[in-house]
Amino acid sequence: MSQQAKKDTPEQAEFRAYCRDWLSQHDEGTPSVRLPQSAIEIMHSEQLSFLRKWQSEAYEAGLIGCDYPIAEGGGGRKDCQMVANQEMARAGKPFLPNILGLGMAAPTMHFHAQAALKERLLPGLFSCKDVWCQGFSEPGAGSDLANVQTFAERKGDKWIINGHKVWTSLAHFADWMILLLRTDKSSKYDGLSYFVVPIKSALGKGVTVRPLIKITGETGFNEVFFDNLEIGDDYRLDEIGKGWQVAQTTLLHERGAGPMLTPSSGRGSAKSSAIGDAYALINLAKNATRDGESAADDPLLRDQIMQMIIRQEGSKQGARRAKVEGLCEHPMRIPLQAKLVMSEIRQDTSALAIDILGAQSTLYINDENAPAGGEWPLAYMNSYGITIAAGASEIQRNILGERILGMAKSK
Amino acid sequence: MTQAKNFAFGEDEKLLRDTARKFLQDNLPTDKLHQLVASDPDPYRESLSLWDKNLWQQIVELGWTTVIVPEADGGMGMSLVALCALVEETGRVSLPSPFIATSCASLVLRECHSPAAGHWLGEIAGGSTATLACTPKNGSWLAADCDVELVDGKLSGSAWFVQDARKVDNLIVQAKTSKGTALYKVSTHCEGLNIVADAIIDLTRDQAHIHFNNVPVGDAQRLSDDARAVLERAEPGLLTLVAADMCGAGEWQLQTTVEYMKVREQFGHPLGYFQALKHPLVNLMIMIDQAKSLTYNAASAIDSEPQNAAKFARMAKASASEMAAFASNRSIQFHGGIGFTWECFVHLYCKRQKHNQVLYGDAKYQRAKLAEILMGPISA
Ligand SMILES: Cc1cc2nc3c(=O)[nH]c(=O)nc-3n(C[C@H](O)[C@H](O)[C@H](O)COP(=O)(O)OP(=O)(O)OC[C@H]3O[C@@H](n4cnc5c(N)ncnc54)[C@H](O)[C@@H]3O)c2cc1C
Repeated sequence: MSQQAKKDTPEQAEFRAYCRDWLSQHDEGTPSVRLPQSAIEIMHSEQLSFLRKWQSEAYEAGLIGCDYPIAEGGGGRKDCQMVANQEMARAGKPFLPNILGLGMAAPTMHFHAQAALKERLLPGLFSCKDVWCQGFSEPGAGSDLANVQTFAERKGDKWIINGHKVWTSLAHFADWMILLLRTDKSSKYDGLSYFVVPIKSALGKGVTVRPLIKITGETGFNEVFFDNLEIGDDYRLDEIGKGWQVAQTTLLHERGAGPMLTPSSGRGSAKSSAIGDAYALINLAKNATRDGESAADDPLLRDQIMQMIIRQEGSKQGARRAKVEGLCEHPMRIPLQAKLVMSEIRQDTSALAIDILGAQSTLYINDENAPAGGEWPLAYMNSYGITIAAGASEIQRNILGERILGMAKSK
Repeated sequence: MTQAKNFAFGEDEKLLRDTARKFLQDNLPTDKLHQLVASDPDPYRESLSLWDKNLWQQIVELGWTTVIVPEADGGMGMSLVALCALVEETGRVSLPSPFIATSCASLVLRECHSPAAGHWLGEIAGGSTATLACTPKNGSWLAADCDVELVDGKLSGSAWFVQDARKVDNLIVQAKTSKGTALYKVSTHCEGLNIVADAIIDLTRDQAHIHFNNVPVGDAQRLSDDARAVLERAEPGLLTLVAADMCGAGEWQLQTTVEYMKVREQFGHPLGYFQALKHPLVNLMIMIDQAKSLTYNAASAIDSEPQNAAKFARMAKASASEMAAFASNRSIQFHGGIGFTWECFVHLYCKRQKHNQVLYGDAKYQRAKLAEILMGPISA
């Protein structure tokens, strides 16, 4: 029995056995193309269709949305998503492609949408029939998100939307978008409202999606333009003017600190799941050389590898400690650190991997001699996505300093 | 054995810790600590051992020294996690006391598995105190470096860096014998012993080196014939306790500095408004949380996954030592001129942390040892 299995509730134990059984018999097949490192780097429809099929099968089997009510297309279970996530990762399954839907749109709708809307949209989100994207950032509203200017004007029971969103991950495939926009120009925070918007069906009819290219050469995020797009009022979440509060639910879940655990399924093959893991640096060093000697014998590299492993283990044990109220100073202190700490550890681990690889680290993903398929330098560059997206690290430090430590708000 | 659920920190442990926190906050607020240990700033003054014996008596009555003594030997037989939680609280108030020294002695005695060691654990549970006298002048823990020798039933030589030597009743002495190294229990009041106080930076504890001039020892004092093995098994616990002390002290350094960031204003804003101050304090909070999580992980591993104890304890001590250095550095700097004065309390913690950082090996040392576990030794 695994360590996790020992602590399961009866419901979790039964569900875990079921997951293991299903996963051991399930075969998602082999992708015909290289898969990217995460869902926000999906470039080609071949990548998407492979991953989409996997997500839909996992949903049909009950491994996705386990803790959502049955009426919303969920499994109606309690604390079982965690079990499914552990078992999918253990089985080495590929990642789930619809992450903006699973991680942000679903919990936001769960807490703020009318029953009819949830019942209509969540099943297609869980199965990945509908790909979702997040329309928050704009050219003038990044860290200062409440400054969004995309505007919806009321016309009877319809709204007419005009504006410009940017960095919209997966918009090039998306059917739906969660959209934060302005309904009142006179108040910064209370002038915001929150909608879900069908964008694919409106392409060319009020919605234009233009891909942006990342430093890695990959695509994955986009600009989205709204030009007199008309939508019904039934697509609004919560009240007019409550958009900022609804967005807080989205952001809390985006940073991994919300009450609904995001379905996730690991990163695929053993080779690719080692990328970004500090413990993987040990083997990397054992297989690399410095001045003809094993890099694993270089005391400076050993020290740096140990520093990374200690930080990674520290954050892993932190997640464990966060569940023990008596050992935490403040209930949100560890959860609000999670995204910041994880993203910086991944960045520093990838940078150290590059140091260890030495000359070979110059070889990128298209080079047949690249160690680990060139995934480490790619991971290093992609790591800036995580330290910038979902509230840049500097903003996370403001939030922690203000909400947890109670220091004065910075401008 | 497998990982304990919730670090084995349950209701009993929480009650014990919460009571301790309140007791220490009520009885040793920082201004009282300052009066107690910092009344004479003169660096050339005689080296004193300043502590509140009454407070210690109450702590003994509260049972803190019995926490990890096995029930069979008259103690409470609680988890190491429970003891860590208490040590964290004593670190938070920088308590001058023989608590950590005695707890370290208990950890060593627990690993001796001899009737004599069981007897002395019982004495500790009954209120007696002890410290380790196992280190030679160069600070090494290698058996070959041990400076005390047993000849004809008598101890000669010297032990160094003995923690809180002037507060305790007994010493646990490592001594070379014809067969290797052994551990002996020696009373601090016995004939032939010369306890020489070290002039140390830390005001919240004392340290000494001890000369043994033909100190006779009998069988009832022999704790183990294999000091090396015992000390090696006990070492993860010692590292973990020092790490816990650093976590508590670090939290005090963080909270005290954050409070100052709220009340002190410059350029028309409270200092915390400025990100050059705010962000490093957030970094410190993250480092404390990492060190604390690793410390509880190490403590629970020592009790329930011994195969991982050494690995996790080295991680905890390394992480806590780095954190402590950063906490001391930023807490003094961010108080400005006042932080550089004797009157301001932050230096008390800086000094305790400095002592903790090197005790049983600093962060770099721990990482080198950790690398040996995880990567194997450096090839010759
Ligand atoms: C890979 C990736 C995917 C993304 N996907 C999406 C998506 O799907 N949907 C979406 O809506 N958005 C998305 N974003 C956008 C992301 O949320 C923003 O990039 C982010 O919030 C930062 O905003 P900005 O780019 O405008 O940078 P700016 O806000 O201009 O920030 C520039 C720099 O200044 C710092 N800074 C800004 N304000 C302060 C301050 N007050 N104090 C200190 N430092 C400050 C920032 O930390 C940063 O380092 C994505 C971004 C990336 C990189």
